[in-house]
Amino acid sequence: MAGIPDKVIEDTVVELLRLAVTKLPADVEAALKRIFDEETGTAPRMQMTAILENLKLAQETGTPLCQDTGIHVFFVKLGAECGDIEKLIRNGVERATKEVPLRPNAVHPVTRKNPGTNLGVHMPYIYYEPGADGYIEITVMPKGAGSENMSQMAMLTPSAGEKGIKEFALNTILRAGSNPCPPILIGMGIGGSADICMGLAKKALLRPIGSSNPDPDMARLEKELYGALNGIGIGPMGLGGRNTLLGFHIEHAFCHTASHPVAINIQCWAARKATARIHPDGKVEYLTHDAKGGKKGVK
Amino acid sequence: MAEVHLKLPASEQDVRALRAGDTVYVTGLLFTARDEAHLRALEWQHEGKPLPVKFTEGALYHCGPIMKKEGERWRIVAAGPTTSSRMNSLEPQFLEKIGARLIIGKGGMSKGVGEAMKKHGAAYLAFTGGAAVLAARRVREVRGVHWLDLGMPEAVWVLDAEEFGPLTVGMDASGGSLFEEVARQVEKNTAEAKKRLGLS
Repeated sequence: MAGIPDKVIEDTVVELLRLAVTKLPADVEAALKRIFDEETGTAPRMQMTAILENLKLAQETGTPLCQDTGIHVFFVKLGAECGDIEKLIRNGVERATKEVPLRPNAVHPVTRKNPGTNLGVHMPYIYYEPGADGYIEITVMPKGAGSENMSQMAMLTPSAGEKGIKEFALNTILRAGSNPCPPILIGMGIGGSADICMGLAKKALLRPIGSSNPDPDMARLEKELYGALNGIGIGPMGLGGRNTLLGFHIEHAFCHTASHPVAINIQCWAARKATARIHPDGKVEYLTHDAKGGKKGVK
Repeated sequence: MAEVHLKLPASEQDVRALRAGDTVYVTGLLFTARDEAHLRALEWQHEGKPLPVKFTEGALYHCGPIMKKEGERWRIVAAGPTTSSRMNSLEPQFLEKIGARLIIGKGGMSKGVGEAMKKHGAAYLAFTGGAAVLAARRVREVRGVHWLDLGMPEAVWVLDAEEFGPLTVGMDASGGSLFEEVARQVEKNTAEAKKRLGLS
């Protein structure tokens, strides 16, 4: 098949995984530094010092910053010709597991058998999205279990209204407590159907930290929830402190008049993501990270 | 709040002297154990099968590391703590039947585990979640691995650590808990948050 060579895509997947697990994007690092500056207590200062020192060491040594390198969720926009993208992503995950290395996390959900490759049925998982014209865009989100395990979804009744959404947000954050490695990023989905809602919550985690939903009603709700819940006192690693949240992002979809779905997907402080655009001439542009050895963003 | 440097295995007296909020560094053996290793250890103990390690000779570490095999040796790559609360239902039995003086993890454990720690003279030490490179640098040597059939994260890794920390005593052997102190503060703040959100 004509189009972008297989090797370029596979190599880019390996590089995206390596970048994602060894270095946080600039928006996440900036949020963590701001929180370090704002914390005054002994325990939160100690936690934020360890977090920032660990980031520095991971980057200097090219080592995964957290041992939980997650399961691998991909978001792909296909706007150019290429070969079998799923196969290339799977090859990339298998190679990165050995080469970076990543921890083999993917197991059979019932037998719990671990093949050691991070590959299995529907794993890595790939979301296909529209919106690319003349290039392929690949985003990887390595998702750790500590935060994922604290995620929640509810099918509220429409009469619960905005109040229901706020109660759900408060209760989910309280229930998560120290477990998801705070300060955490909240991705909230509102509307759609059960599956759409949770997918939106996950997608909200990809937005730059502190960005607003373009819908003014959603932006207001984001601001209000962040303002009221960041100071809840759980603090870095749940040992108390001024900041519990990195940010509060909402994505929404219209829903059935009889439905009121709401979901929260939680992301730990190690809010890892990496995105690259691959052009038909083989040029690879890294949107979230500086490229290896080359000038900024382009390899 | 004190800063304490402990050699492992720590004595019951040393552990009972720790107070919630103290900073601790430990030197000696760490045995990693998560969900699957807890389950198997308790199962084997129940069946009277000998366990591959004596957990009381070091500290129990809730951790699933990234390891790389280089020739015949394992090299530690990244080894931060995992969420301890997943082991809440297993730890009281583990403390009673198998034993451990120090548990290292993240996020704290339940009241039930706190009670068991009080009874058996054990303490819970919190390490920064995700700080996996910092943790790996404090490991001098990977002494061995058991139960690798459970997979790399769930196996029991024997790590020889030096000045492993800084660890914060999250739960002490007298019932003191930093996590409960935080929970009380959070409860107070929740009233304020509800007011701001128009929920009260």
